[in-house]
Amino acid sequence: MRDVAVIGVGMTKWGELWEKSLRTIFVETALLAVEDAGIDKIDSMYVGCMSSGLFAGQEHIGSLFADYLGRKPVPATRVESACCSGGLALRQGFIEVASGMSDVVLVGGIEKMTDVGGNEATYALGTAADQEYEGFHGLTFPALYAMMAVDHMHRHGTTREQLAMVAVKNHENGSRNPLAQFPFKVTVDMVLKSVLVADPLRILDCSPITDGAAAVILCPADMARKLKKPVVRIAGSGQATDTIALSSRKDLSWMESTHLAAKAALAQAKRKIGDMDLFEVHDCFTIAEIMIIEALGLVKKGQGGKAVEDGLTAAGGKFPVNASGGLKAKGHPVGATGVAQAVEVVEQLRGHAGERQVKGAKRGLTQNMGGTGGSAVVHVFEAE
Amino acid sequence: MQSPARSWREIPQRYRLEAAKCARCGFICFPPRLICPECGAREFGPHKLAESGKVLTYTVIRVAPQPFCDQSPYAVGIAELDDGVRLTAQIVDCDPAALKVGMRVRIEFRKVSEEGEAGVIYYGYKLVPE
Repeated sequence: MRDVAVIGVGMTKWGELWEKSLRTIFVETALLAVEDAGIDKIDSMYVGCMSSGLFAGQEHIGSLFADYLGRKPVPATRVESACCSGGLALRQGFIEVASGMSDVVLVGGIEKMTDVGGNEATYALGTAADQEYEGFHGLTFPALYAMMAVDHMHRHGTTREQLAMVAVKNHENGSRNPLAQFPFKVTVDMVLKSVLVADPLRILDCSPITDGAAAVILCPADMARKLKKPVVRIAGSGQATDTIALSSRKDLSWMESTHLAAKAALAQAKRKIGDMDLFEVHDCFTIAEIMIIEALGLVKKGQGGKAVEDGLTAAGGKFPVNASGGLKAKGHPVGATGVAQAVEVVEQLRGHAGERQVKGAKRGLTQNMGGTGGSAVVHVFEAE
Repeated sequence: MQSPARSWREIPQRYRLEAAKCARCGFICFPPRLICPECGAREFGPHKLAESGKVLTYTVIRVAPQPFCDQSPYAVGIAELDDGVRLTAQIVDCDPAALKVGMRVRIEFRKVSEEGEAGVIYYGYKLVPE
Protein backbone atom coordinates (compact mmCIF):
# COMPACT_ATOMS: atom_id res chain seq x y z
CA MET A 1 0.00 0.00 0.00
CA ARG A 2 1.23 3.53 -0.82
CA ASP A 3 1.13 6.37 1.71
CA VAL A 4 -1.68 8.77 0.86
CA ALA A 5 -1.73 12.54 1.43
CA VAL A 6 -4.43 15.19 1.32
CA ILE A 7 -3.12 18.00 -0.91
CA GLY A 8 -6.24 20.08 -1.41
CA VAL A 9 -9.26 20.97 0.68
CA GLY A 10 -12.36 23.01 -0.10
CA MET A 11 -15.48 24.04 1.77
CA THR A 12 -18.05 26.75 1.08
CA LYS A 13 -20.39 28.54 3.51
CA TRP A 14 -23.10 26.16 4.75
CA GLY A 15 -26.72 27.02 5.40
CA GLU A 16 -30.04 27.35 3.61
CA LEU A 17 -28.69 27.99 0.12
CA TRP A 18 -31.93 28.85 -1.69
CA GLU A 19 -30.25 30.39 -4.73
CA LYS A 20 -27.91 27.45 -5.37
CA SER A 21 -28.66 24.07 -6.93
CA LEU A 22 -27.20 20.68 -6.02
CA ARG A 23 -24.75 20.75 -8.93
CA THR A 24 -23.68 24.37 -8.37
CA ILE A 25 -22.90 23.76 -4.70
CA PHE A 26 -20.79 20.75 -5.66
CA VAL A 27 -18.83 22.44 -8.43
CA GLU A 28 -18.09 25.59 -6.41
CA THR A 29 -16.75 23.49 -3.52
CA ALA A 30 -14.77 21.04 -5.67
CA LEU A 31 -13.09 23.96 -7.47
CA LEU A 32 -11.81 25.31 -4.15
CA ALA A 33 -10.15 21.95 -3.44
CA VAL A 34 -8.64 21.81 -6.94
CA GLU A 35 -7.24 25.35 -6.57
CA ASP A 36 -5.87 24.54 -3.12
CA ALA A 37 -4.13 21.41 -4.48
CA GLY A 38 -2.59 23.44 -7.27
CA ILE A 39 -2.60 20.58 -9.77
CA ASP A 40 -4.95 20.35 -12.70
CA LYS A 41 -5.28 16.58 -12.86
CA ILE A 42 -8.01 14.30 -11.55
CA ASP A 43 -7.88 10.58 -12.30
CA SER A 44 -11.04 9.57 -10.47
CA MET A 45 -13.85 10.99 -8.32
CA TYR A 46 -15.93 9.80 -5.38
CA VAL A 47 -19.04 11.58 -4.12
CA GLY A 48 -20.60 10.88 -0.73
CA CYS A 49 -24.32 11.64 -0.73
CA MET A 50 -27.08 10.06 1.31
CA SER A 51 -30.22 10.82 -0.62
CA SER A 52 -30.13 13.25 -3.53
CA GLY A 53 -33.08 11.22 -4.85
CA LEU A 54 -35.38 12.05 -1.94
CA PHE A 55 -33.98 15.53 -1.25
CA ALA A 56 -33.60 16.80 -4.82
CA GLY A 57 -35.19 14.16 -7.09
CA GLN A 58 -31.79 13.52 -8.65
CA GLU A 59 -29.79 10.30 -8.74
CA HIS A 60 -26.79 9.46 -10.97
CA ILE A 61 -24.86 12.36 -9.49
CA GLY A 62 -21.35 10.95 -9.96
CA SER A 63 -21.61 11.48 -13.70
CA LEU A 64 -23.57 14.73 -13.35
CA PHE A 65 -20.85 16.27 -11.19
CA ALA A 66 -17.96 14.96 -13.33
CA ASP A 67 -19.63 16.59 -16.33
CA TYR A 68 -20.36 19.95 -14.64
CA LEU A 69 -16.86 20.02 -13.15
CA GLY A 70 -15.53 19.75 -16.70
CA ARG A 71 -13.89 16.38 -15.99
CA LYS A 72 -15.92 14.03 -18.21
CA PRO A 73 -14.98 11.15 -18.87
CA VAL A 74 -13.13 10.46 -15.56
CA PRO A 75 -14.60 7.62 -13.49
CA ALA A 76 -16.99 9.03 -10.87
CA THR A 77 -18.60 6.91 -8.16
CA ARG A 78 -21.30 7.84 -5.68
CA VAL A 79 -21.02 6.30 -2.21
CA GLU A 80 -23.97 5.91 0.15
CA SER A 81 -24.06 4.89 3.79
CA ALA A 82 -26.61 7.31 5.26
CA CYS A 83 -24.90 10.11 7.26
CA CYS A 84 -21.62 8.21 6.92
CA SER A 85 -21.59 8.59 3.11
CA GLY A 86 -18.92 11.32 3.07
CA GLY A 87 -16.53 9.46 5.34
CA LEU A 88 -16.93 6.32 3.26
CA ALA A 89 -16.30 8.26 0.03
CA LEU A 90 -13.05 9.44 1.62
CA ARG A 91 -12.15 5.86 2.51
CA GLN A 92 -12.84 4.70 -1.08
CA GLY A 93 -10.62 7.48 -2.43
CA PHE A 94 -7.92 6.56 0.09
CA ILE A 95 -8.08 2.90 -0.97
CA GLU A 96 -7.90 3.81 -4.67
CA VAL A 97 -4.77 5.95 -4.22
CA ALA A 98 -3.15 3.57 -1.72
CA SER A 99 -3.69 0.63 -4.07
CA GLY A 100 -2.00 2.38 -6.98
CA MET A 101 -5.12 2.28 -9.18
CA SER A 102 -5.16 6.10 -9.40
CA ASP A 103 -2.81 8.93 -8.44
CA VAL A 104 -5.06 11.96 -7.99
CA VAL A 105 -8.56 11.42 -6.62
CA LEU A 106 -11.18 14.06 -5.82
CA VAL A 107 -13.46 13.15 -2.93
CA GLY A 108 -16.56 15.27 -2.47
CA GLY A 109 -19.50 15.07 -0.09
CA ILE A 110 -22.79 16.88 -0.55
CA GLU A 111 -26.41 17.18 0.51
CA LYS A 112 -29.01 19.70 -0.69
CA MET A 113 -31.72 19.33 1.95
CA THR A 114 -33.90 22.44 1.72
CA ASP A 115 -35.56 21.74 -1.64
CA VAL A 116 -38.15 19.69 0.29
CA GLY A 117 -40.28 20.63 3.31
CA GLY A 118 -39.51 19.72 6.93
CA ASN A 119 -41.74 16.63 7.07
CA GLU A 120 -40.31 15.29 3.82
CA ALA A 121 -36.76 15.91 5.05
CA THR A 122 -37.61 14.07 8.29
CA TYR A 123 -38.91 11.18 6.17
CA ALA A 124 -35.81 11.15 3.93
CA LEU A 125 -33.50 11.06 6.96
CA GLY A 126 -35.69 8.35 8.50
CA THR A 127 -34.88 5.99 5.62
CA ALA A 128 -31.50 5.45 7.33
CA ALA A 129 -33.38 3.56 10.07
CA ASP A 130 -35.05 0.13 9.64
CA GLN A 131 -38.03 1.15 7.54
CA GLU A 132 -40.14 -1.97 8.22
CA TYR A 133 -39.54 -2.22 11.98
CA GLU A 134 -38.73 1.35 13.12
CA GLY A 135 -40.01 3.75 10.45
CA PHE A 136 -43.26 1.77 10.14
CA HIS A 137 -44.11 2.66 13.75
CA GLY A 138 -43.49 6.38 13.27
CA LEU A 139 -39.93 6.50 14.61
CA THR A 140 -37.72 9.46 13.65
CA PHE A 141 -33.99 10.01 14.11
CA PRO A 142 -34.41 12.40 17.02
CA ALA A 143 -36.63 9.70 18.59
CA LEU A 144 -34.03 6.97 18.19
CA TYR A 145 -31.30 9.16 19.72
CA ALA A 146 -33.74 10.27 22.43
CA MET A 147 -34.22 6.60 23.36
CA MET A 148 -30.43 6.19 23.49
CA ALA A 149 -30.28 9.27 25.74
CA VAL A 150 -32.97 7.90 28.10
CA ASP A 151 -31.00 4.64 28.35
CA HIS A 152 -27.70 6.46 28.98
CA MET A 153 -29.28 8.72 31.60
CA HIS A 154 -31.01 5.78 33.30
CA ARG A 155 -27.98 3.47 33.45
CA HIS A 156 -25.09 5.93 33.76
CA GLY A 157 -26.65 8.91 35.52
CA THR A 158 -25.98 11.32 32.64
CA THR A 159 -27.89 14.55 33.25
CA ARG A 160 -30.06 16.74 31.04
CA GLU A 161 -27.65 19.62 31.72
CA GLN A 162 -24.66 17.57 30.54
CA LEU A 163 -26.42 16.99 27.21
CA ALA A 164 -26.95 20.74 26.92
CA MET A 165 -23.26 21.39 27.62
CA VAL A 166 -22.33 19.55 24.40
CA ALA A 167 -24.41 22.05 22.41
CA VAL A 168 -22.97 24.99 24.38
CA LYS A 169 -19.39 23.82 23.71
CA ASN A 170 -19.94 23.16 20.01
CA HIS A 171 -21.71 26.48 19.44
CA GLU A 172 -18.87 28.24 21.30
CA ASN A 173 -16.42 26.57 18.87
CA GLY A 174 -18.69 27.20 15.89
CA SER A 175 -18.85 30.92 16.69
CA ARG A 176 -15.22 31.01 15.51
CA ASN A 177 -15.97 29.22 12.20
CA PRO A 178 -16.98 31.64 9.42
CA LEU A 179 -18.34 28.78 7.26
CA ALA A 180 -20.67 27.46 9.98
CA GLN A 181 -24.43 27.60 9.47
CA PHE A 182 -25.07 28.80 13.05
CA PRO A 183 -21.91 30.64 14.19
CA PHE A 184 -23.37 31.92 17.46
CA LYS A 185 -23.16 30.96 21.11
CA VAL A 186 -25.94 29.39 23.17
CA THR A 187 -26.32 28.88 26.91
CA VAL A 188 -27.44 25.84 28.90
CA ASP A 189 -30.59 27.76 29.75
CA MET A 190 -31.36 28.42 26.07
CA VAL A 191 -30.95 24.71 25.27
CA LEU A 192 -33.19 23.66 28.18
CA LYS A 193 -35.89 26.15 27.16
CA SER A 194 -35.84 25.32 23.43
CA VAL A 195 -38.75 23.41 21.95
CA LEU A 196 -39.04 19.64 22.56
CA VAL A 197 -38.48 17.42 19.51
CA ALA A 198 -38.41 13.96 21.14
CA ASP A 199 -38.16 13.93 24.94
CA PRO A 200 -35.64 14.61 26.41
CA LEU A 201 -34.05 16.05 23.22
CA ARG A 202 -34.89 19.64 22.31
CA ILE A 203 -34.25 21.49 19.08
CA LEU A 204 -30.90 22.82 20.38
CA ASP A 205 -29.79 19.22 21.01
CA CYS A 206 -30.24 18.44 17.29
CA SER A 207 -28.00 19.12 14.31
CA PRO A 208 -29.82 21.19 11.69
CA ILE A 209 -31.08 20.69 8.12
CA THR A 210 -28.32 22.11 5.92
CA ASP A 211 -27.30 22.60 2.29
CA GLY A 212 -23.59 22.23 1.73
CA ALA A 213 -20.61 20.40 0.36
CA ALA A 214 -16.95 19.72 1.12
CA ALA A 215 -14.14 18.33 -1.01
CA VAL A 216 -10.57 17.05 -0.71
CA ILE A 217 -7.92 16.01 -3.22
CA LEU A 218 -5.85 12.90 -2.45
CA CYS A 219 -2.56 11.77 -3.99
CA PRO A 220 0.40 9.55 -3.11
CA ALA A 221 2.45 11.11 -0.27
CA ASP A 222 5.58 10.98 -2.47
CA MET A 223 3.88 13.11 -5.10
CA ALA A 224 2.78 15.62 -2.42
CA ARG A 225 6.34 15.94 -1.12
CA LYS A 226 7.65 16.65 -4.64
CA LEU A 227 5.01 19.36 -5.08
CA LYS A 228 6.42 21.03 -1.96
CA LYS A 229 2.95 21.20 -0.43
CA PRO A 230 2.32 20.91 3.32
CA VAL A 231 1.90 17.15 3.63
CA VAL A 232 -0.95 15.77 5.74
CA ARG A 233 -1.09 11.99 5.45
CA ILE A 234 -4.08 9.73 6.03
CA ALA A 235 -2.27 7.39 8.39
CA GLY A 236 -5.17 5.08 9.13
CA SER A 237 -8.68 4.24 7.96
CA GLY A 238 -11.18 1.98 9.72
CA GLN A 239 -14.78 1.06 9.01
CA ALA A 240 -17.36 -1.13 10.75
CA THR A 241 -21.05 -2.01 10.63
CA ASP A 242 -23.69 -2.72 13.27
CA THR A 243 -27.41 -3.57 13.16
CA ILE A 244 -29.36 -0.65 11.73
CA ALA A 245 -32.31 -1.42 14.03
CA LEU A 246 -31.53 0.00 17.48
CA SER A 247 -33.67 -2.66 19.20
CA SER A 248 -31.34 -5.41 17.90
CA ARG A 249 -28.36 -4.08 19.90
CA LYS A 250 -27.41 -5.67 23.19
CA ASP A 251 -26.41 -2.27 24.64
CA LEU A 252 -28.75 0.53 23.56
CA SER A 253 -26.32 3.39 24.24
CA TRP A 254 -22.93 2.03 23.21
CA MET A 255 -21.50 2.78 19.74
CA GLU A 256 -19.84 -0.53 18.89
CA SER A 257 -19.24 0.27 15.19
CA THR A 258 -17.41 3.49 16.16
CA HIS A 259 -15.37 1.58 18.74
CA LEU A 260 -14.29 -1.02 16.14
CA ALA A 261 -13.64 1.49 13.34
CA ALA A 262 -11.43 3.58 15.67
CA LYS A 263 -9.53 0.50 16.78
CA ALA A 264 -8.84 -0.46 13.14
CA ALA A 265 -7.81 3.06 12.07
CA LEU A 266 -5.49 3.55 15.06
CA ALA A 267 -3.92 0.11 14.53
CA GLN A 268 -3.21 0.96 10.90
CA ALA A 269 -1.68 4.30 11.94
CA LYS A 270 0.27 2.56 14.75
CA ARG A 271 -1.07 5.15 17.20
CA LYS A 272 -3.07 5.27 20.41
CA ILE A 273 -6.15 7.41 20.94
CA GLY A 274 -4.19 9.58 23.42
CA ASP A 275 -1.70 10.47 20.65
CA MET A 276 -4.35 12.53 18.86
CA ASP A 277 -4.34 16.32 19.28
CA LEU A 278 -7.91 16.93 18.08
CA PHE A 279 -11.10 15.09 17.18
CA GLU A 280 -13.90 15.85 14.73
CA VAL A 281 -16.83 13.59 15.65
CA HIS A 282 -20.41 12.99 14.54
CA ASP A 283 -22.48 14.99 17.05
CA CYS A 284 -25.76 14.66 15.12
CA PHE A 285 -27.40 14.97 18.58
CA THR A 286 -25.82 16.05 21.87
CA ILE A 287 -26.12 12.51 23.28
CA ALA A 288 -24.22 11.19 20.23
CA GLU A 289 -21.04 13.09 21.14
CA ILE A 290 -21.20 11.72 24.69
CA MET A 291 -21.51 8.13 23.42
CA ILE A 292 -18.79 8.66 20.78
CA ILE A 293 -16.11 9.92 23.16
CA GLU A 294 -16.77 6.78 25.23
CA ALA A 295 -16.56 4.49 22.18
CA LEU A 296 -13.32 6.15 21.02
CA GLY A 297 -11.82 5.44 24.43
CA LEU A 298 -11.29 9.07 25.47
CA VAL A 299 -13.23 8.27 28.66
CA LYS A 300 -14.66 5.13 30.27
CA LYS A 301 -18.12 3.83 29.35
CA GLY A 302 -20.76 5.93 31.07
CA GLN A 303 -18.39 8.84 31.83
CA GLY A 304 -19.01 10.90 28.66
CA GLY A 305 -21.46 13.32 30.23
CA LYS A 306 -19.17 14.08 33.17
CA ALA A 307 -16.22 14.56 30.78
CA VAL A 308 -18.09 17.29 28.92
CA GLU A 309 -19.09 18.94 32.19
CA ASP A 310 -15.43 18.87 33.34
CA GLY A 311 -14.27 20.60 30.13
CA LEU A 312 -12.18 17.63 28.94
CA THR A 313 -13.45 18.09 25.36
CA ALA A 314 -13.53 21.91 25.26
CA ALA A 315 -11.33 23.89 22.85
CA GLY A 316 -8.67 24.33 25.51
CA GLY A 317 -9.24 20.92 27.13
CA LYS A 318 -7.09 17.78 27.09
CA PHE A 319 -9.03 16.33 24.12
CA PRO A 320 -10.49 19.11 21.93
CA VAL A 321 -13.61 17.68 20.28
CA ASN A 322 -15.31 19.45 17.36
CA ALA A 323 -13.19 22.60 17.19
CA SER A 324 -15.10 23.33 13.95
CA GLY A 325 -18.42 23.61 15.81
CA GLY A 326 -19.35 20.05 14.91
CA LEU A 327 -22.55 19.06 13.17
CA LYS A 328 -24.42 21.06 15.80
CA ALA A 329 -23.17 24.55 14.87
CA LYS A 330 -21.42 24.02 11.54
CA GLY A 331 -24.46 22.26 10.06
CA HIS A 332 -25.12 18.71 8.86
CA PRO A 333 -25.63 18.32 5.11
CA VAL A 334 -25.53 14.58 5.71
CA GLY A 335 -23.40 13.35 2.80
CA ALA A 336 -20.96 16.27 3.17
CA THR A 337 -20.27 15.88 6.89
CA GLY A 338 -17.62 13.13 6.72
CA VAL A 339 -15.61 15.03 4.12
CA ALA A 340 -15.95 18.34 5.98
CA GLN A 341 -14.49 16.69 9.09
CA ALA A 342 -11.39 15.84 7.01
CA VAL A 343 -11.24 19.43 5.69
CA GLU A 344 -11.24 20.76 9.28
CA VAL A 345 -8.55 18.37 10.51
CA VAL A 346 -6.29 19.11 7.51
CA GLU A 347 -6.71 22.89 8.06
CA GLN A 348 -5.86 22.39 11.74
CA LEU A 349 -2.80 20.23 11.02
CA ARG A 350 -1.57 22.80 8.49
CA GLY A 351 -1.99 25.47 11.18
CA HIS A 352 -4.51 27.35 9.02
CA ALA A 353 -7.58 27.17 11.29
CA GLY A 354 -7.51 30.83 12.28
CA GLU A 355 -9.26 31.78 15.50
CA ARG A 356 -10.17 28.17 16.31
CA GLN A 357 -6.66 26.76 15.78
CA VAL A 358 -5.73 23.97 18.21
CA LYS A 359 -2.17 25.00 19.08
CA GLY A 360 0.59 22.76 17.78
CA ALA A 361 -1.82 20.11 16.43
CA LYS A 362 0.09 17.41 14.54
CA ARG A 363 -2.35 14.50 14.59
CA GLY A 364 -6.13 14.42 14.33
CA LEU A 365 -8.97 11.92 14.14
CA THR A 366 -12.31 12.03 12.35
CA GLN A 367 -15.33 9.87 13.24
CA ASN A 368 -18.39 9.78 10.97
CA MET A 369 -21.38 7.47 11.38
CA GLY A 370 -24.62 6.50 9.68
CA GLY A 371 -28.05 6.21 11.28
CA THR A 372 -27.88 5.26 14.95
CA GLY A 373 -24.41 3.79 14.33
CA GLY A 374 -25.26 1.09 11.78
CA SER A 375 -22.14 2.26 9.96
CA ALA A 376 -19.06 4.10 11.17
CA VAL A 377 -15.78 5.21 9.67
CA VAL A 378 -12.73 6.65 11.42
CA HIS A 379 -9.67 8.27 9.86
CA VAL A 380 -6.36 9.24 11.44
CA PHE A 381 -4.44 12.18 9.93
CA GLU A 382 -0.82 13.17 10.57
CA ALA A 383 1.14 16.24 9.51
CA GLU A 384 4.73 15.75 8.34
CA MET B 1 -48.12 5.46 -2.58
CA GLN B 2 -46.75 1.96 -2.07
CA SER B 3 -47.79 -1.39 -3.49
CA PRO B 4 -50.09 -3.28 -1.05
CA ALA B 5 -47.68 -6.22 -1.44
CA ARG B 6 -45.12 -4.35 0.64
CA SER B 7 -47.40 -4.46 3.67
CA TRP B 8 -49.12 -7.84 3.24
CA ARG B 9 -45.78 -9.59 3.03
CA GLU B 10 -45.12 -8.40 6.62
CA ILE B 11 -48.51 -9.64 7.92
CA PRO B 12 -47.12 -12.76 9.65
CA GLN B 13 -44.92 -10.52 11.83
CA ARG B 14 -47.21 -7.51 12.26
CA TYR B 15 -50.54 -9.31 12.79
CA ARG B 16 -49.51 -12.68 14.19
CA LEU B 17 -46.19 -11.90 15.91
CA GLU B 18 -44.44 -14.75 14.11
CA ALA B 19 -40.72 -15.01 14.85
CA ALA B 20 -38.13 -17.68 14.03
CA LYS B 21 -36.25 -19.71 16.65
CA CYS B 22 -32.79 -20.96 15.71
CA ALA B 23 -32.79 -24.78 15.68
CA ARG B 24 -29.16 -24.86 16.85
CA CYS B 25 -28.71 -22.14 19.51
CA GLY B 26 -32.30 -21.18 20.32
CA PHE B 27 -31.88 -17.46 19.50
CA ILE B 28 -35.20 -15.89 18.53
CA CYS B 29 -35.11 -13.67 15.44
CA PHE B 30 -37.77 -10.98 15.07
CA PRO B 31 -38.24 -10.32 12.24
CA PRO B 32 -37.27 -13.79 10.99
CA ARG B 33 -33.95 -14.05 9.15
CA LEU B 34 -32.37 -16.64 6.86
CA ILE B 35 -29.16 -16.81 8.91
CA CYS B 36 -28.94 -16.77 12.72
CA PRO B 37 -26.96 -13.67 13.78
CA GLU B 38 -25.69 -15.47 16.89
CA CYS B 39 -24.44 -18.82 15.50
CA GLY B 40 -24.77 -18.71 11.70
CA ALA B 41 -27.20 -21.66 11.49
CA ARG B 42 -29.82 -21.65 8.74
CA GLU B 43 -32.52 -23.84 10.24
CA PHE B 44 -35.32 -22.32 12.26
CA GLY B 45 -38.50 -23.44 13.95
CA PRO B 46 -41.64 -21.32 14.45
CA HIS B 47 -41.99 -19.09 17.52
CA LYS B 48 -44.81 -16.79 18.55
CA LEU B 49 -43.66 -13.75 20.50
CA ALA B 50 -44.48 -13.42 24.19
CA GLU B 51 -47.23 -10.82 24.49
CA SER B 52 -45.92 -9.04 27.59
CA GLY B 53 -42.67 -7.46 28.61
CA LYS B 54 -41.04 -4.35 30.02
CA VAL B 55 -40.00 -0.98 28.59
CA LEU B 56 -36.22 -0.58 28.18
CA THR B 57 -36.32 2.96 26.84
CA TYR B 58 -38.87 5.40 25.40
CA THR B 59 -39.49 8.88 24.05
CA VAL B 60 -42.37 11.13 23.06
CA ILE B 61 -42.24 12.22 19.41
CA ARG B 62 -43.29 15.87 18.93
CA VAL B 63 -42.07 16.33 15.34
CA ALA B 64 -43.48 13.49 13.26
CA PRO B 65 -42.83 12.20 9.74
CA GLN B 66 -45.56 12.63 7.11
CA PRO B 67 -48.01 9.73 7.78
CA PHE B 68 -47.90 10.33 11.56
CA CYS B 69 -48.27 14.14 11.65
CA ASP B 70 -51.87 14.05 12.89
CA GLN B 71 -50.93 11.64 15.72
CA SER B 72 -48.20 13.75 17.35
CA PRO B 73 -47.30 13.91 20.14
CA TYR B 74 -47.08 10.12 20.52
CA ALA B 75 -44.94 7.84 22.66
CA VAL B 76 -42.68 5.10 21.31
CA GLY B 77 -40.36 2.69 23.05
CA ILE B 78 -38.20 -0.40 22.88
CA ALA B 79 -39.64 -3.26 24.92
CA GLU B 80 -38.00 -6.49 26.01
CA LEU B 81 -40.65 -9.20 25.86
CA ASP B 82 -40.74 -12.04 28.38
CA ASP B 83 -39.09 -14.37 25.82
CA GLY B 84 -36.12 -11.98 25.55
CA VAL B 85 -37.04 -10.48 22.14
CA ARG B 86 -36.70 -6.70 21.82
CA LEU B 87 -38.95 -4.69 19.56
CA THR B 88 -39.79 -1.07 18.77
CA ALA B 89 -43.40 0.15 18.81
CA GLN B 90 -45.72 2.94 19.89
CA ILE B 91 -46.79 3.00 23.55
CA VAL B 92 -50.46 3.96 23.72
CA ASP B 93 -53.38 4.39 26.19
CA CYS B 94 -50.92 5.99 28.56
CA ASP B 95 -50.10 9.47 29.89
CA PRO B 96 -46.66 10.31 28.40
CA ALA B 97 -45.66 11.79 31.77
CA ALA B 98 -46.21 8.36 33.38
CA LEU B 99 -43.72 6.53 31.12
CA LYS B 100 -40.90 4.80 33.01
CA VAL B 101 -37.99 2.51 32.24
CA GLY B 102 -38.98 -0.95 33.47
CA MET B 103 -42.76 -0.43 33.28
CA ARG B 104 -44.76 -3.53 32.29
CA VAL B 105 -46.49 -3.48 28.90
CA ARG B 106 -48.47 -5.91 26.76
CA ILE B 107 -48.85 -6.13 22.99
CA GLU B 108 -52.16 -5.17 21.37
CA PHE B 109 -53.23 -5.24 17.73
CA ARG B 110 -53.95 -1.70 16.49
CA LYS B 111 -54.15 0.53 13.43
CA VAL B 112 -50.70 2.11 12.93
CA SER B 113 -51.10 4.55 10.01
CA GLU B 114 -52.78 5.05 6.65
CA GLU B 115 -51.76 6.36 3.26
CA GLY B 116 -54.23 9.13 2.48
CA GLU B 117 -57.93 8.57 1.77
CA ALA B 118 -57.60 5.80 -0.82
CA GLY B 119 -54.31 4.17 0.21
CA VAL B 120 -53.41 1.16 2.30
CA ILE B 121 -54.37 1.16 6.00
CA TYR B 122 -51.51 -0.27 8.02
CA TYR B 123 -52.14 -2.43 11.11
CA GLY B 124 -49.69 -3.88 13.57
CA TYR B 125 -48.71 -4.18 17.21
CA LYS B 126 -48.56 -1.44 19.82
CA LEU B 127 -47.56 -1.51 23.47
CA VAL B 128 -50.13 -0.81 26.22
CA PRO B 129 -49.32 -0.49 29.95
CA GLU B 130 -50.42 -3.58 31.92
